[in-house]
Amino acid sequence: MTESTYRIQGATGEWEVVVGLEVHAQVTSNAKLFSGAATAFGAEPNTQVSLVDAAMPGMLPVPNRECIRQAVRTGMAIEAQINKWSRFDRKNYFYADLPQGYQISQLYHPLVGEGQIEIVLDEKNPESSTKTIGIERIHVEQDAGKLMHDQHPTRSYVDLNRSGVALMEIVSKPDMRSPAEAGTYLSKLRTILRYVGSCDGNMDQGSMRADVNVSVRKPGEPFGTRTETKNVNSVRFVMAVVEHEASRQVDVLEAGGTVVQETRLYDPDRNETRSMRSKEDAHDYRYFPDPDLLPLELDDAFLEECRQSLPELPDAKRRRYEQDLGLSAYNAATLTADADTARWFEALLAEGARIQKKSEGEVAKASANWLLSELYGALNRLGKSLEESPVSPEEGAELLALVADGTISGTIAKQVFEIMLETGDKPAKIVDEKGLKQTSDTGAIEAAVDKVLADNAEKVAQYKAGKEALFGFFVGQTMKAMQGKANPQVVNELVRKALG
Amino acid sequence: MTDLTDLTVADIRDGFRAGNFSAREVAEAFNSNVAAAKALNAFIVETPEKALDAADAADKAKAAGEPLGALAGVPIGMKDLFCTLGVQTTAASHMLEGFVPTYESTVSGKLWAAGAGMLGKLNLDQFAMGSSNETSYFGNVISPWRRGGGDNAALAPGGSSGGSSAAIAARLCPAATGTDTGGSIRQPAAFTGISGIKPTYGRCSRWGIVAFASSLDQAGPMARTVRDNAILLEVMSGFDPKDSTSLDLPVPQWEANLSSDLRGKKVGVPKEYRPDGLNAEIAALWDRGIEWLKDAGAEVVEVSLPHTQYALPTYYIIAPAEASSNLARYDGVRYGQRDLPDGAGLQDMYAATRAAGFGPEVKRRIMIGTYVLSAGFYDAYYTQAQKVRALIARDFELAFEKCDLLLTPTAPSASFALGEKQADPLAMYLNDVFTVPASLAGLPAMAVPGGLDAAGLPIGLQIIGKALDEQTVLNASLAIEERASFTARPDKWW
Repeated sequence: MTESTYRIQGATGEWEVVVGLEVHAQVTSNAKLFSGAATAFGAEPNTQVSLVDAAMPGMLPVPNRECIRQAVRTGMAIEAQINKWSRFDRKNYFYADLPQGYQISQLYHPLVGEGQIEIVLDEKNPESSTKTIGIERIHVEQDAGKLMHDQHPTRSYVDLNRSGVALMEIVSKPDMRSPAEAGTYLSKLRTILRYVGSCDGNMDQGSMRADVNVSVRKPGEPFGTRTETKNVNSVRFVMAVVEHEASRQVDVLEAGGTVVQETRLYDPDRNETRSMRSKEDAHDYRYFPDPDLLPLELDDAFLEECRQSLPELPDAKRRRYEQDLGLSAYNAATLTADADTARWFEALLAEGARIQKKSEGEVAKASANWLLSELYGALNRLGKSLEESPVSPEEGAELLALVADGTISGTIAKQVFEIMLETGDKPAKIVDEKGLKQTSDTGAIEAAVDKVLADNAEKVAQYKAGKEALFGFFVGQTMKAMQGKANPQVVNELVRKALG
Repeated sequence: MTDLTDLTVADIRDGFRAGNFSAREVAEAFNSNVAAAKALNAFIVETPEKALDAADAADKAKAAGEPLGALAGVPIGMKDLFCTLGVQTTAASHMLEGFVPTYESTVSGKLWAAGAGMLGKLNLDQFAMGSSNETSYFGNVISPWRRGGGDNAALAPGGSSGGSSAAIAARLCPAATGTDTGGSIRQPAAFTGISGIKPTYGRCSRWGIVAFASSLDQAGPMARTVRDNAILLEVMSGFDPKDSTSLDLPVPQWEANLSSDLRGKKVGVPKEYRPDGLNAEIAALWDRGIEWLKDAGAEVVEVSLPHTQYALPTYYIIAPAEASSNLARYDGVRYGQRDLPDGAGLQDMYAATRAAGFGPEVKRRIMIGTYVLSAGFYDAYYTQAQKVRALIARDFELAFEKCDLLLTPTAPSASFALGEKQADPLAMYLNDVFTVPASLAGLPAMAVPGGLDAAGLPIGLQIIGKALDEQTVLNASLAIEERASFTARPDKWW
């Protein structure tokens, strides 16, 4: 475990930042937490609203099994205690986006108890930069609707599409000590959720948002008073909130003031937080067990099914890539940082091993290097994501196999790849049609070497006089004469031989 | 020819099937009684055409030899707490005045599917909060009963299902739905000389019933005979996946298994239900009830329900707590009343809407409920009440180790005059003293008429059974019904 050295330099000395995050993650599910209404993002206002979501008289909530299942799987993925008995509570307050006049949540008996998430602060040195962040709990609750203030000069409109959508509230312990730790934690949490498939993690669509709790203290002293900045919707903003809120608190304290426990809002345009309401104005939510719902009791078969359905998780995958596939720590971390990349890589690996009749470990390095440099470079250039890649894992594996068996050189492979991107043709077809097959025909290469040496007699003389760096020049010229199709090893040998 | 409106549900069902009369004749007879009884104010909305439509469908089905539903040819009244598709549903409140549901409650839907027809939506205490029907926004129901000796004081039909009780007693419908949260079926049944059963919590779906207190609310039938209650309850009960608290159990054949032979049954008489100062006539009826059950073959034992005295305060914490939250949805935003003063913001709209939309008793309970759930008071009130509720349920469990059913009075007195108890909410709440414990424990309980008091007003007895044992409750009630031979009916003055 590493200790953060992040400090704010104040007039009175160094200050330490203490951060805890409450992350609201929308559960991936076709239906809402307590109604059968759909949950698609971006639908026309009020088209995904059931009688239950609109809180019509006499309507009753019925828990959606899939939402509970996803929250349990998420809990298992962070090694948390799963509570076989949990209960829903009502959080009562009035607002126009809250049709029932209460949110169904879990205060007293959450579904998931304590767990933990490991974060790596420096991917190049994972062993020395790993830190464990404690998770306090995960509970499930309903989302509210949305108010629209820009539709009418004097009235507000209400869109209830989101009303009743299932959220997981994932509450961390106050274990983070810097903006970077907060940002890394949030990214890692998002990675895990995407691996598990319990949340799409799309912060720009509001599928994931964080309430950021920040306080400052002199190192070694007890926790200071915290503020909570609500609904921060990107990793970058979370880091900015920690940085600015901590500085603001230091300024307040050093000016002789006290930090007020309050709810704040982040304004990304001005990059500052503003007070929303103080503790004195806080609602009395009058939590009590929802009498419309029975306690949630999970049986062993359900838990077992949840456990069985978990995929290999990022930490385990990263370790396997390093230990079993022999990848570098950095490559292993990069390839496992999101579930889609890992999925793509593993498809590439499986196909490569199959067609080359080798083990995955034997093709892993070349596959990883090609994916991270060649393919990523191309996708960046094209502005496409991995899912939109014009080249499939199967085609990539075929290309790598052609290099591995000496059919083409690495240089030619780059050319072939460019043509693949442009035409969508298969690599073997491109190599065939363009005559790019590498030659090991010593006769042809010898002829080329002889011609290069004859054309550059002066340089040959220099070489022989001791300017050995010119060796590469002769190889390059020969390769050029062979239009890149000569086997580089054979060229090396023959050039050396010809130069005596 | 007998007056069709004097017939029981069973009589109508059987007579219609036998071809003694058409369903339309029955519906017309009741429609005309309803139309002639405006003075009782039992209905908020009358739906004679719905009754006729269902009757015509039943007649047509019968003529075509098609299978007939359990209630084919039977018109009924529907408490206006059940949401009915296309028919205004108000819960007797100004808040929901004009609200027309786009959906049908599960229980009313089952009744219509069984062939019943709707005579109208019955008046009640506002949001089912009250024991006299005086809290209705649409004016109080007046009981068809009057005291003897020329006393023409308007009497309470009980509450909250007072429209149901008055309409049945006055022969405006042969049966009706009620809902019971702390006695709202049983007390009005007792006040009007009819029967009504609150089944085990979870027997009837709550889906589509305007919620008062979710952990207590149960639908049930009200009718003039025990058999009629059994017929209706069979139709109304059953698992509903739309209500998480609904019981996933088959519905027993209560009517087919009716029997007043109580040999082998033990009747418990809880001593705590006989407090000092219990109305002498009520006490005397209770004693007669004990003799009737003995006569039916039962053995009588004294039992103790030691936490009974805490039932009423417990109920008046839990029910308002749940109500304060359940009624939060009436905010003027989506449906129902909206009061939007000039220049009003959201908070102003809430305040104005809820001030105008709720009556004083509803406001009182919302405030009590908000108070008992608020920070700093929650444990002292709500948590404590839940603990006591568990003790009350435990009392019943222990008592039922010694007996199969309990016999108690239904209400501490006969009906009282309208206005008599309105000024004192606590006196009003005391009406529920005998009915609330079974509600807190979720047990089936039935009111059955036992006789008239000296003023000529009905008084009744209550049978409380084990969870899910509605059969024993119905059978014991039947034994009382046979022996009480209660045939009194109000003299028509309306």
